[in-house]
Amino acid sequence: MKPKVAFYWCASCGGCEEAVIDLAEKVLDVVAAVDIVFWPVALDFKTKDVEAMADGSIVATFLNGAIRNSEQEEMAHLLRRKTQVLLAFGACAQLGGIPGLGNLWNRDTIFNEVYRDSPALVNPDGVFPVTEHRDNGHTLRLPKFFDTVLTLDQVVDVDYYLPGCPPTPNIIEQAIGALLSGKLPPKGSVLAPDVALCEECSRRDTKPEKLALEAFHRPSEVLIDESKCILAQGVPCLGAATRSGCGAQCVEGNMPCTGCFGPTSRVRDAGAKSLSAIASMAASNDEAEIERILAGIPDPAGMFYRYSLPASRLRRKRQEAV
Amino acid sequence: MSKHIVIDPVTRLEGHGRIEIFLDDAGQVERAVFQVPELRGFEKFAQGRPAEDMPQITSRICGVCPMAHHMAATKALDDLYKVDPPPAAKKIRELAYTTFMAEDHALHFYFLGGPDFIVGPRAPAAERNVLGVIARVGEETGRKVIAVRKRLRAVMATIAGKAIHPVFGLPGGVAKRVTLEQQEEFKAAAEEAVEFAKFTLGAFEKIVLGNAEYVDLIRSEVFTHRTYYMGMVDESNRVNFYDGQLRVAGPDGAEWAKFETGRYLDYIGEHVEPWTHVKFCYLKAVGWNGFEEGAASGVYSVAPLARLNVAAGMATPAAEAAREQFFSTLGPGPVHHTLANHWARVIELLYAAERMRELAADADITDPHVRNLPTATPREGIGVVEAPRGTLFHHYQTDEKGLIQKANLIVATQNNGARISMSVEKAAKGLITGGEVPEGLLNMVEMAFRAYDPCFGCATHAQGAAPITIRIHRRAHQVKAS
Amino acid sequence: MPEPFEPRIVAFFCNWCTYLAADLAGTSRLRYAPNARVIRVMCSGRIDPQFVLDAFARGADGVLIGGCHPGDCHYQEGNYKCLRRFQLLKRLASQMGIEDDRLRLEWISASEGERVRTVMNDMVEKIRALGPLGRRKEVEEEAVVA
Ligand code: SF4
Ligand code: SF4
Ligand code: SF4
Ligand code: FES
Repeated sequence: MKPKVAFYWCASCGGCEEAVIDLAEKVLDVVAAVDIVFWPVALDFKTKDVEAMADGSIVATFLNGAIRNSEQEEMAHLLRRKTQVLLAFGACAQLGGIPGLGNLWNRDTIFNEVYRDSPALVNPDGVFPVTEHRDNGHTLRLPKFFDTVLTLDQVVDVDYYLPGCPPTPNIIEQAIGALLSGKLPPKGSVLAPDVALCEECSRRDTKPEKLALEAFHRPSEVLIDESKCILAQGVPCLGAATRSGCGAQCVEGNMPCTGCFGPTSRVRDAGAKSLSAIASMAASNDEAEIERILAGIPDPAGMFYRYSLPASRLRRKRQEAV
Repeated sequence: MSKHIVIDPVTRLEGHGRIEIFLDDAGQVERAVFQVPELRGFEKFAQGRPAEDMPQITSRICGVCPMAHHMAATKALDDLYKVDPPPAAKKIRELAYTTFMAEDHALHFYFLGGPDFIVGPRAPAAERNVLGVIARVGEETGRKVIAVRKRLRAVMATIAGKAIHPVFGLPGGVAKRVTLEQQEEFKAAAEEAVEFAKFTLGAFEKIVLGNAEYVDLIRSEVFTHRTYYMGMVDESNRVNFYDGQLRVAGPDGAEWAKFETGRYLDYIGEHVEPWTHVKFCYLKAVGWNGFEEGAASGVYSVAPLARLNVAAGMATPAAEAAREQFFSTLGPGPVHHTLANHWARVIELLYAAERMRELAADADITDPHVRNLPTATPREGIGVVEAPRGTLFHHYQTDEKGLIQKANLIVATQNNGARISMSVEKAAKGLITGGEVPEGLLNMVEMAFRAYDPCFGCATHAQGAAPITIRIHRRAHQVKAS
Repeated sequence: MPEPFEPRIVAFFCNWCTYLAADLAGTSRLRYAPNARVIRVMCSGRIDPQFVLDAFARGADGVLIGGCHPGDCHYQEGNYKCLRRFQLLKRLASQMGIEDDRLRLEWISASEGERVRTVMNDMVEKIRALGPLGRRKEVEEEAVVA
């Protein structure tokens, strides 16, 4: 009997699903080697089919997306129960991802923005979606929307992590290979090289040993030289604090790395680590001058926690201050 | 004793959603409601972020059409900084965009919506998928589909840095030039894309149009709504995905309005219902009159069928010929049959491929001058494109440093939201009688929205998504059906 | 009756200056608010922003960093590095809803025991006015609200 495998999405953009489809012809090999028992984007199996399976009967589940509402939380628990090896697939499941920026706000501020303050909105009666709505004798329910976006491992036990927004085909392929051959690293590992992205960057040789920068630039303000280290040009590139494995795709596209592969294993808080490295490069000892240089980084939370706010030490903006 | 049928989640579409169907005691459908339970809050957490991050942040609204969000955001940045990209940049953007449109439409045909026709609407659930498609069309063809898609994705990645979540869009142009060597590959890929699109159109004609039962299904009243339509057109009123004006046609097909994209707020309103997270768009001047069709209801539709309905033609020859055949078969027009979206989509696939071929061969695209640096103080910018699933609006207001103060996003599926709800209810009422609900029939209810290729990832950008559920509640009885 | 709020402050003091100053304050019997837990580091340049966020996450209501005056750092550049990081970290903290007065950097030499006292008393007073940060509770309870 072929091993049973499932794919599922929580608060996800679907990019992680596309990433699997981007395995292209290798998808056919995967399909030949395993039995996909649940994959809503592509196959017509339903939740009840999963519920009917014996606990632990799915060998591996690749779960992408963060946890933002009660329904996703329930699905995470259901799949955890049915699965031997649960993989947090992609930045959202691993670190909270870009939807995790929602942790700078909370449910009420988000609802107000969408249903009260949106410019095209015509809502004179102030109607808001509710978790339970009675309508002509019928009850319609919506899941509970959380104030805080959670990573998958803040909800259930996770065995492995596939980094990236989304994970790249080579990373996915290696993970599937490791699963099928049973050659898995220790539980809790991130299935990607444990070195910094700069190591695999084609511009590495142009990155000076020690960087002192007199200004930071936003990518919109300058023309980036395609042949030189982007950070050395004063445009913050997070390659030094980001795990390698993607092939430095963004840099190949002549744009800085924004850190989607998350940190290496030695780093506890990815954002604080990057912030520390980048800030230290400000080439001045004078308070006012340092301030001027760092003004080139107008949004530290958005830059350093682009993909990892829910996984950071602080996890969210203080509720009272939202 | 009670009967309670749950189908959860609804499958082969992007994102999450739910359908609730209530039966009366006689087993007739009393009410069918389409719910989207997720919401993510992109408008809110855009606030405080630098505007130039929007193309990359908003692409995470949807990993299936990240290029659409990336491009709408990038065009909004041009407008925000009042900077016009050089010719090479515009063409490189449109090249990436048409490549994406071709690839995405192909994905829908073979992976998402197509299986309903190629494998059959009532085929066993386990076969109604891309693997079933491959089994029907043959492994060789299957491999070809996969290979072409892979090649198009590679073109996108070369231009955009990443195919999923591109990084190349900046105000005033693109991050990277195209080399002569790359251009050769783009030309070859485009040639293959055109061949592939023609092959797909041929397959559609053979499998779907060649089957009287399917044609009847497309024409059937159960899958028909007479609404307004909206889409982007060029100066000759031909379909354009990347740039142009918005044209609205009435249920009678006549032009009802044509306007600059920057004036969208004068035309479009959003309505809230307490039982779903999706906001419903409607034409302000007509007004929100509930989930109704006809000229007196502001409900309108977008996406392939709508685009064909509002346009006077396609800008490339083979696609134009296909369009004419479409209207001579189902027309004269407008075509109100929801399932005709599938055909319209394949015609657009052909247009995208032909347009890709034109742009790939254009000498301008290898010009190294691909960016004009912004100099103006930012304030407000609006960017609009036609996403695969319909018109997509990005609208930003910033402070003088270009940090976002307010973002408004109206996505394709939201424009279609009201009509999708109506389609689901109508299909449920038309198909379910006497409480008999075999699985294949429920799939046909799913087909009512799958035709729109809806994307609930997009529709719920504002908040979050859960799996689509079809629930059939029967007043007195509840049985778990399979 | 609710217990009166006693701010908890984590103080990272450089071994060569502020730590000695705090010591001096102690031996000179300079009384100051007993709210701080002092952590000795070899140089302010060694304070990783992760430590600071960690302190807040684990329940500190304020974090005080003490280093050698500009030009006096034992390791030449350490305090400048600290200053650069501190500036950006402070902006990040404020985006996370942590008020300015809760995160403070002071240059205090070994002989300035008196200054330790003034700074500490001032900080305690300001944080008392702000109230508890409440981070630990929020983080532990996941702050999940329907
Ligand atoms: S990790 Fe990235 S690609 Fe995957 S679901 Fe999240 S946003 Fe989408
Ligand atoms: S900082 Fe960025 S551009 Fe420079 S070497 Fe590292 S990854 Fe490459
Ligand atoms: S370069 Fe950085 S942001 Fe880009 S894909 Fe790689 S890890 Fe992610
Ligand atoms: S040794 Fe005191 S700050 Fe460096």
